[in-house]
Amino acid sequence: MEKKQVYIYRSFERFWHWMQSILIFFLAFTGFEIHGTYSFFGFREAVRYHNIAAYIFIGLIVFAIFWHLTTGEYKQYIPTFENIKAQLNYYIFGIFRNAPHPTKKTVLSKLNPLQKLTYFGLKILVIPLSVTSGLLYMFYRYPTKRGIEAININTLETIAVFHTIAALLLVVFIIAHLYLITTGHSVTSNLRAMLTGYEELEGDDEPAPAPAENKNEEKSK
Amino acid sequence: MKKIILILSVLGLLIVIAFGTLSQREADPTHLMKLKEEYSRKYTPPVDHSRFAVLKQKFDSPQDVTKACVTCHNTTPHQVMNGNHWNWEREEFVSGRGIIYLGKKNAINNFCIGTTGNEKSCAKCHIGYGMDATDRVYIDSTNIDCLICHDNTETYAKAPEKAGNPDMTLDLNHIAASVGRTKRSNCGVCHFYGGGGNNVKHGDLESAMFEPTTDLDIHMGTDGPNLQCSACHTTRLHNISGKLYSLSSMNISRAFCEDCHTSTPHEDDILNEHTIKVACQSCHIPEYAKENATKMYWDWSTAGRLKDGEPYHEEDSLGNHTYISIKGSFKWERNVKPDYVWFNGTASHYLQGDIIKDPSQITVLNQLHGSYADYDSKIVPVKIHVAKQPYDPVNKILIKPKLYSDRKGEGAFWMDFDWQAAAKIGMRDAGLPFSGKIEFIETAMYWPVNHQVAKKEKSVDCIECHTTENSRLAGLNDFYLPGRDRSEFVDTTGLILIILTLIGIALHASVRIAVHVKNRKRGN
Repeated sequence: MEKKQVYIYRSFERFWHWMQSILIFFLAFTGFEIHGTYSFFGFREAVRYHNIAAYIFIGLIVFAIFWHLTTGEYKQYIPTFENIKAQLNYYIFGIFRNAPHPTKKTVLSKLNPLQKLTYFGLKILVIPLSVTSGLLYMFYRYPTKRGIEAININTLETIAVFHTIAALLLVVFIIAHLYLITTGHSVTSNLRAMLTGYEELEGDDEPAPAPAENKNEEKSK
Repeated sequence: MKKIILILSVLGLLIVIAFGTLSQREADPTHLMKLKEEYSRKYTPPVDHSRFAVLKQKFDSPQDVTKACVTCHNTTPHQVMNGNHWNWEREEFVSGRGIIYLGKKNAINNFCIGTTGNEKSCAKCHIGYGMDATDRVYIDSTNIDCLICHDNTETYAKAPEKAGNPDMTLDLNHIAASVGRTKRSNCGVCHFYGGGGNNVKHGDLESAMFEPTTDLDIHMGTDGPNLQCSACHTTRLHNISGKLYSLSSMNISRAFCEDCHTSTPHEDDILNEHTIKVACQSCHIPEYAKENATKMYWDWSTAGRLKDGEPYHEEDSLGNHTYISIKGSFKWERNVKPDYVWFNGTASHYLQGDIIKDPSQITVLNQLHGSYADYDSKIVPVKIHVAKQPYDPVNKILIKPKLYSDRKGEGAFWMDFDWQAAAKIGMRDAGLPFSGKIEFIETAMYWPVNHQVAKKEKSVDCIECHTTENSRLAGLNDFYLPGRDRSEFVDTTGLILIILTLIGIALHASVRIAVHVKNRKRGN
């Protein structure tokens, strides 16, 4: 079985990922201050920083969408139910027995079916929910006599509650995500890949290795 | 190469966005500068009143002064006599009542209750002479007191309990020669002492406002713009704008901050958005009664106690009366945080003779109308004054007692300290029934706070409203306020989800570690 260093995350992808992580952490931190969970920057500053970060985040999203469409990388995220059971089995049982990853990671298919489903959900549901409710929040105008009655939104409540739901879902995702990055070949291999772009992968033409070989490989480390 | 261009363009965009949003533009000075320039222009009177021969005659009565004024200002009596300062009432349309004449004659307030029967004393603050229970004064134009509003010597004063007449030892020629535009001292002699003493009523209008600092009031501060009352209470033909909702019901003839400052005075769009629902005063008057205390509670039920058969009074450490035999007990407060209510400029009033349906509930004497859903409403700061007033439990109406008289034995409470007699005569004068039974019930009045505007650095901070703890707006719950409100369901569910995720991770990780350790041992 031949292992080789594969350039799997391109520079924009890594930039996008880390920029996004910084922004989401910052948005969550300022956002929950606005929510009244704690106090750090002060309400007014928190709102200001949150809005600035939101604009940068939206800019980043625009670039990311452009990149995904032009490179065709969006196809990575089209969900599939194939192998999904095997992947679940791996996380619930296989991982404890040092079973091999059921999904082979390649440059053309970086994500396992659970990842595909989760990231698809994030991209299609949670992020759009967050961005849409956030923009509505930011540009909310109280109804006035001069307004158009049909497009009046009478209260911030619905907008705010949906924005909170999206935020909470993102927090749950981040917690799970931070843990799951330790479940690569080694605890840090996924993290290293996202930092350097390179990950040690099996050769493209090789079939998935047998469990025994994998065990040996683990022990040899 | 492509990569570098891509990264540079992304960074470039981020820098542009960051600069656009982070850079604090200097406040556009033009509007405020224009205002400051306009109001700093010195006014030069077109005439010198000291040169008029008619004002040099010997004045035997205050009415003689008025007659002299009218020789030139010959249309002014008509203007004054159409105004509410003269009539002590306004024509108002109130839904449910129709068109009424609302004024001191038929309204009941939270302080000295009513004017009926007490005119001789109350008239100290009427812009006329010779007031009594008849309406005679109102139809005689020579009874207009020009000097109380136009004296510029700051020496003119009405004598107490003389039905509005001045102290005749004053130099009326000197005063008449000085007349000019009204100053704070003219308005203040009445409006700062409403309710029977300094700052009793309003909380934001008091004797310190004669010569305030900008710390007390940014507009009137003598070390600042030094504005007079009439700068905002613009007046045309003796018709003064801006009104008091103790005695007004309609949303007309008001004075607004926006008249000068526009409705978008801030550089920050988020703050400007607030002006749709929040009145300027709510943020810019963080507290009132900043110099002297204001009366917050007046309990008439304890009035009438005597020491050795004589009335007495007690004072607190600041020198405010906490008890006076003629009036009862009081609570005073200084540096008061206002209460906040929705207000659309209309109000309804308890008028004398109105039946009180539930005396166990506090009776609001001037209910300000408004709600979040009402497009005309804004959140305004108010002083809420509570009183305990005499009440007839059989007729279910508030009692208007006779309070003032200059002699004993006429039933005046301030002389005889007899509630029965005072109520009986007071109600007779007001033309109302009286059962002979007296109880005391709580009444409240809302006083919108509009003065003592703070410097902008002292404005209410965002967090004082946008917080779960002790929000200034804790009492207004008909809308969603970010930072104060949340969906308990969503927050709790979210928290449970986070905890479950963490538990799941902890379990998963510990099994992984356990297996790893076991394998390693086996490997060894």
